[in-house]
Amino acid sequence: MSEESGKRVINISIYRTDENGGGGYKDYEVPIQEGMVVLDAVRYVQEHIDTTLAIRWNCKAARCGSCAAEINNMPKLMCKTRIDTIKGKIRVAPMSAFNSVADLVADVSENYLINRQIPEFSPREAEIPWKIKQIDVERTKEFRKCIECFLCQDVCHVIRDHKADYVGPRHVVKAASLDMHPMDTVDRSEFLNNEGGIGYCNVTKCCQEVCPEGIKITDNAIIQEKERAADRFYDPLLWRREKKR
Amino acid sequence: MGDFKEHESDLLIVGAGGAGMRAAISALGMGRSVNIVSKSLIGKAHTVMAEGGIAASIGDVDRSDNWTVHFGDTVVEGVYIGNWRMAEILAKQAPERVYELERFGAVFDRTPEGKIMQRAFGGHTYRRLCHVGDKTGLEIIRTLEDKVLHTDAKMFDEVYITRLFLREGRFCGALGLEMRTGEFLLFKAKALIIATGGCGRVYKVTSNSWESTGDGLALAYNAGAELMDMEMIQFHPTGMVWPPGVKGLLVTESIRGEGGILLNSKHERFMLRYSPEKKELDARDVVARATYYEIKAGRGGPHGGVYLDISHKGRDFILRKLPGMYSQFKEFAGVDITKEAMEVAPTVHYQMGGIRVDPYTCATSVSGIFSAGEVASGLHGANRLGGNSLADILVFGKLAGEVASRWMEGKDTLEPEDSEIEREMDRVRGFIRKGGNPYDLIDELTSVMQDRLGIVRNGDDMRKAIELIKDIKRRSEEVGVSGGLKYNHGLLGCLELQNMIVACETISVSANIREESRGAHTRSDFPKRRREWKVNIVCRKDGEDISTRLIKVEEIPEEFARYVKPEVYEDE
Ligand SMILES: Cc1cc2nc3c(=O)[nH]c(=O)nc-3n(C[C@H](O)[C@H](O)[C@H](O)COP(=O)(O)OP(=O)(O)OC[C@H]3O[C@@H](n4cnc5c(N)ncnc54)[C@H](O)[C@@H]3O)c2cc1C
Ligand code: SF4
Ligand code: SF4
Ligand code: FES
Repeated sequence: MSEESGKRVINISIYRTDENGGGGYKDYEVPIQEGMVVLDAVRYVQEHIDTTLAIRWNCKAARCGSCAAEINNMPKLMCKTRIDTIKGKIRVAPMSAFNSVADLVADVSENYLINRQIPEFSPREAEIPWKIKQIDVERTKEFRKCIECFLCQDVCHVIRDHKADYVGPRHVVKAASLDMHPMDTVDRSEFLNNEGGIGYCNVTKCCQEVCPEGIKITDNAIIQEKERAADRFYDPLLWRREKKR
Repeated sequence: MGDFKEHESDLLIVGAGGAGMRAAISALGMGRSVNIVSKSLIGKAHTVMAEGGIAASIGDVDRSDNWTVHFGDTVVEGVYIGNWRMAEILAKQAPERVYELERFGAVFDRTPEGKIMQRAFGGHTYRRLCHVGDKTGLEIIRTLEDKVLHTDAKMFDEVYITRLFLREGRFCGALGLEMRTGEFLLFKAKALIIATGGCGRVYKVTSNSWESTGDGLALAYNAGAELMDMEMIQFHPTGMVWPPGVKGLLVTESIRGEGGILLNSKHERFMLRYSPEKKELDARDVVARATYYEIKAGRGGPHGGVYLDISHKGRDFILRKLPGMYSQFKEFAGVDITKEAMEVAPTVHYQMGGIRVDPYTCATSVSGIFSAGEVASGLHGANRLGGNSLADILVFGKLAGEVASRWMEGKDTLEPEDSEIEREMDRVRGFIRKGGNPYDLIDELTSVMQDRLGIVRNGDDMRKAIELIKDIKRRSEEVGVSGGLKYNHGLLGCLELQNMIVACETISVSANIREESRGAHTRSDFPKRRREWKVNIVCRKDGEDISTRLIKVEEIPEEFARYVKPEVYEDE
């Protein structure tokens, strides 16, 4: 932070791409506002300094998952990261595990293709309206909080190295949210173990550390799905019993 | 020519929020091919932000609830200018849409008997809002997204629709700009559903997301469709006031639904004065005005808001029922709502008005164009009940999808006129030039709306606003940005500015015409509600001008009127 003509400003470096697929950081000076988040600063640059800066945001409330980026190399939501929590220089770059569209915008479209492959919700026959216990709702709730920011995909070293082979943490969470659904009849651990490549995950827990929704991705989704697949191999009845309760 | 790609389908849907996606599911079920276009990424539509819940009279919590009560509440809180036929459809069909959503995979919070849990909300006689914590919108959007992704529907996300084309007075296509590539896309279809959501961003302080710039209003208006009730803008009583970056961000009504109370700086529970019976849970217009008057009278807090307190409910309760709100205040404002009160003030939240549609078919006044969701008008009248919008997007989204699919039977696809496509591409490209910064004008425009078309309005302010907007419109023709067509937010800013101006013009003109106070429209120079204003104000494009007309609200037939508390006018 620096003082300039009585106005407090902040310096922010933003990654800019060029026509030829290259790129580098550019520095900007932005006036400080109380309680400001990184997205405010980036938007200020886009609206008042260089309107060609490509950015993606929508809700500005940490609810939609659009504004994922790497802030000082940490995958974060720009709209949720307060400037006053960052010490020293602020550097903002796009998520690096994805192809770049332009500047801060990453191409996350592959995630929707993966979603298409995950077997969809398939409820069992039951009298309508359904009766469901709150305790069963609670079991699936954690996974349903996901805002699809894809920060977990960004941080996962398996995806960086073997993208084609592993669907990635977000999609294990999706599968878990359906598997835990009290009315569902499909076992997605099979998909995860075969096409899904969950075996590549070596439970480093980096993904759950960056999740802005605080989902225990590794502990509660990945490990559970891995174990379920193993159990299922030894005890096929177990799965059916679990689903029925 | 030739510098665009063509995509043809039976049905084109602009908007991938709840309304657009629900419409797609109907149409696909009827064997139609569907293209869905959205200017944000899949699953990020504004619907994702909805918190409190979806209103449906399933009576799981309060057994006496049924559609007739929901119907009555909707008409009464819409202050008698809503379309009673739409209210009937909504009230009758909302329960089935909720159960259906559950069968699609959505999970709702439960009662001890395993039924769907429902919470209290302002203006609803019974506890009626089905919800999952304070993330109901996320649950709805994700469920519909999964469903649609597992069909043959084609999703075009981050594509910005800039114009609709007609042939022989009938819809035939739309032009879009694909942000990721900078390419123009021509969508041809037999029918179109506009489901583009609201226009909250025309105000400075709003709970709405980036995309809510009223694009659908302008697309329809420029194609010759009528807009209705544009003066009816809902101010939500509780938005955040601090820090400045999140000013306007919604503080869900569920806080009051779960027992939160409003206090002024003298620690008075002021709603006892304004609404002794319903208190904090009166309709939004009532609570928003009360809050506004308290702040104006100098009984506000340091950041110009009043206090909303739920801390008496205890930490466990708050973390379970309102986890999103807890983290929102903790992270953005450093306030722990389990211990302290929140400071809040009214924020622009919803457009009751919009594209005029037929209650039974969702048809607009242009052949082949249908509309549903927040962008359409009629259901909510002068004030929308919380929870009724999520019900609206499912009920009328489904209806629009079905009717459009039936309507196109036996019709062929018409070819858009080459010259019109060319002209539109030129218009869009034309903004890449040396010119004024669009954001400066957006800033001016939103200030005019905030200052002169706020919660309490008057003729002088509004007439001045109309003049100022005209001037901004003139200068908007000279905006320009550098760069190219690919992912150029500045270019979108130029295009959005033009759409926002259409919304602002129609809002201000309609508001100036209505010489009374009703629902969300309050005038200090006409403080009373008057019978002769039991009309809907309709706007239509007439060259560069707006032509307006008044339509008398249809009387509710006796067999339905008995469910509605009779109207009372003060002077009669
Ligand atoms: C914070 C908040 C909380 C809310 N809570 C509740 C609640 O608890 N209960 C309730 O009933 N209601 C609630 N509402 C209101 C409700 O969420 C919205 O009215 C509703 O979701 C609107 O849905 P929609 O499908 O009509 O449009 P949206 O969800 O707004 O979707 C619009 C779609 O149109 C697309 N679009 C727009 N313009 C273009 C263009 N030019 N080209 C291409 N695509 C375009 C967008 O990208 C998007 O996909 C809340 C609103 C807010 C802001
Ligand atoms: S725990 Fe697994 S999924 Fe998560 S980051 Fe590590 S390897 Fe990737
Ligand atoms: S699991 Fe968490 S980090 Fe991953 S996409 Fe969902 S919200 Fe983002
Ligand atoms: S803008 Fe929606 S999460 Fe940041």
